[in-house]
Amino acid sequence: MSEALKVPTMAEFAATGEVPEVLFWVGCMGSFDDRARKITKAFVRILNKANVKFAVLGQEESCTGDPARRAGNEFLFQMQALQNITVLNGYGVQRIVSACPHCFNTLKNEYPALGGQYEVMHHTQFINALIKEGRIKVEGGSFQGKRITFHDPCYLGRGNGDYEAPREVLLKLDAALVEMKRSKEKGLCCGAGGAQMWKEAEKGDKEVNVERTEEAVGTGAKIIAAGCPFCNTMLTDGVKAVGSEGQVVVKDIAELIAEAGEL
Amino acid sequence: MSISSVIFLLAFAIAVWWFTRNVGRIRRNILLGRDEQINDRKGERWALMTKVALGQSKMVVKPIAGLLHIMVYAGFVIINIEVLEIIIDGLFGTHRVFSFLGGFYGFLIGSFEVLALLTWLACAIFLIRRFVLRIKRFWMREMTLWPRTDAGLILTFEILLMTAFLLMNAADHTLQRMGVGHYLEAGSFPVSSVLAGWLGFGDFDASTLIGIERTSWWFHIIGILAFLNYLPYSKHFHILLAFPNVWYSKLKPKTEMSAMPRITAEVRSMLDPSLPPPAPPAEPANGMPPEHFGAKDVFDLTWKSLMDAYTCTECGRCTSVCPANLTGKLLSPRKIIMDTRDRLEEVGKVIDVKGKWEDDGKDLFSRISEEELWACTTCNACTQACPVNIDPVEIITGMRRFLVMEQSKPSPSLNAMFTTIENNGAAWAFGPDKRMDWVKE
Repeated sequence: MSEALKVPTMAEFAATGEVPEVLFWVGCMGSFDDRARKITKAFVRILNKANVKFAVLGQEESCTGDPARRAGNEFLFQMQALQNITVLNGYGVQRIVSACPHCFNTLKNEYPALGGQYEVMHHTQFINALIKEGRIKVEGGSFQGKRITFHDPCYLGRGNGDYEAPREVLLKLDAALVEMKRSKEKGLCCGAGGAQMWKEAEKGDKEVNVERTEEAVGTGAKIIAAGCPFCNTMLTDGVKAVGSEGQVVVKDIAELIAEAGEL
Repeated sequence: MSISSVIFLLAFAIAVWWFTRNVGRIRRNILLGRDEQINDRKGERWALMTKVALGQSKMVVKPIAGLLHIMVYAGFVIINIEVLEIIIDGLFGTHRVFSFLGGFYGFLIGSFEVLALLTWLACAIFLIRRFVLRIKRFWMREMTLWPRTDAGLILTFEILLMTAFLLMNAADHTLQRMGVGHYLEAGSFPVSSVLAGWLGFGDFDASTLIGIERTSWWFHIIGILAFLNYLPYSKHFHILLAFPNVWYSKLKPKTEMSAMPRITAEVRSMLDPSLPPPAPPAEPANGMPPEHFGAKDVFDLTWKSLMDAYTCTECGRCTSVCPANLTGKLLSPRKIIMDTRDRLEEVGKVIDVKGKWEDDGKDLFSRISEEELWACTTCNACTQACPVNIDPVEIITGMRRFLVMEQSKPSPSLNAMFTTIENNGAAWAFGPDKRMDWVKE
């Protein structure tokens, strides 16, 4: 927490004629939500530590349109997408990394049909690559031997088939990774996808996030690792709902890595 | 030609004709869906079909049900080799026409008998699971009287067919040992010889045994022809459609939603006034309904979604992993698919009766409520769980698109989200000037 964060924008890069190696797509939640901002900062600390030449769009970033599309508003989605693509292509962006699996999915899979072709990575994939390339070193630190369970984000796991990158990163912490019964392909949703984040749940006998948190807490893990700001919020609320606040914490993988490295 | 050959030929011809007619009807109904080209990545599609449909790879995710299903499936596929012999015998009045294969014939018949026994046992266990143990997913809201009856009929049918097959062999085997008439020594009978012993066939006279053998033979083959014609009325049609349905699977990432090119043209012209707005879609022919933004009725879904509907086996694996359903919400992905199929059947009947489509005042929303649609988290647990790669999310999001774009009826609080994206370019009510505030904190 010592050094100030270095967060240059694409506009600043463009002014100097330099090209960053990757664009960090912060996302609405990562920009505005108190809890998610901590994840954003943790990821930036990792990027700074690894000397990654990255940039953000800053004020030029706009919602990818994911929630509008899932909620059926295709006009609004395409308005957002086409405007973002104009900005991204204007800067000649080639690579994007995002700490939100929903932004990641939309940028990676849904922008190409509208003229936006980029190499897009989820931040757990990016961190995993940094570790493999030796650009950052991760040691267990305070997490050594701790029980950690990982909650698969649907939009990274089932949606895009990556179950391993977040787990490979977690293994570097020398922690005891315990799996929930419903994990990987069988992972249970946190309840926020498909625009549920912006509405009350339909009538039922339980909240989805409580169902999932019970399962996570049931593993005996003291840390629930997440890879999505939506999941993070849902599970954090869930931990309160099941009365485990103070005993179990929900942390993004970027936060765990940053903390282990005392960044 | 003997009288029995004539009767057989007649029964066979009627069965094939009626079946072909009904399959043609289902094909016509599926093609009522929107056109979509699916012919890319052929190698991958063949491999997927081999693995998922032929190899049953997703069935064994639930090991008990998966294993039992493979027993029935193997029995069904392999015993059908025997049906070929039965048809030739029926047409030409021969008896066990393939027996010239000698030892290999014995091996075949012996294998069929073992498979028949396994099929019999698996079906019996399936019946117990459904109707005695009452496994939850077979008794959910959408499993009304007909779907439950359908499942019971299929299993009973298969048990009866296997019983007839084994009884026929038991009588035949006993007659062979007695050296009666044309019952030449052929085949090997590991199961039916035991059955013959239990039933005391050895003490029966030849004419009774011939009666049992002939009755079983006719029951078996007429049963198969009847069962064939039951398929188009039943979820059991999946035994045929599973293969093409898996071949035409969505190969794109599961969470990638389908594109809407017509909207792209409109949005482009809104963003750039120099581009003309797209021409309205052509008036559809034959009184078909106009094209919609999103899905109002079966005509607005792609033909693949309609094939999905006819392929559904009603196993309920989708619903049993749906987070909404698990927490007591109304949504059940299986119901979405069954409702789509039932609506499509309803539309098909109108076309059968009137010769062309005439609006009946109903649509998908007559069966599927908004409450169900808005409960979906698009997590794709259902598409992952489906053993035949059905995609309920495509129908759910398609219907949401219709609600929002043509009826301005999103789930109430979603309007606030739309407005803030329109005004602030953010899904929360913060302006672009606040996007970098986190750096300073």
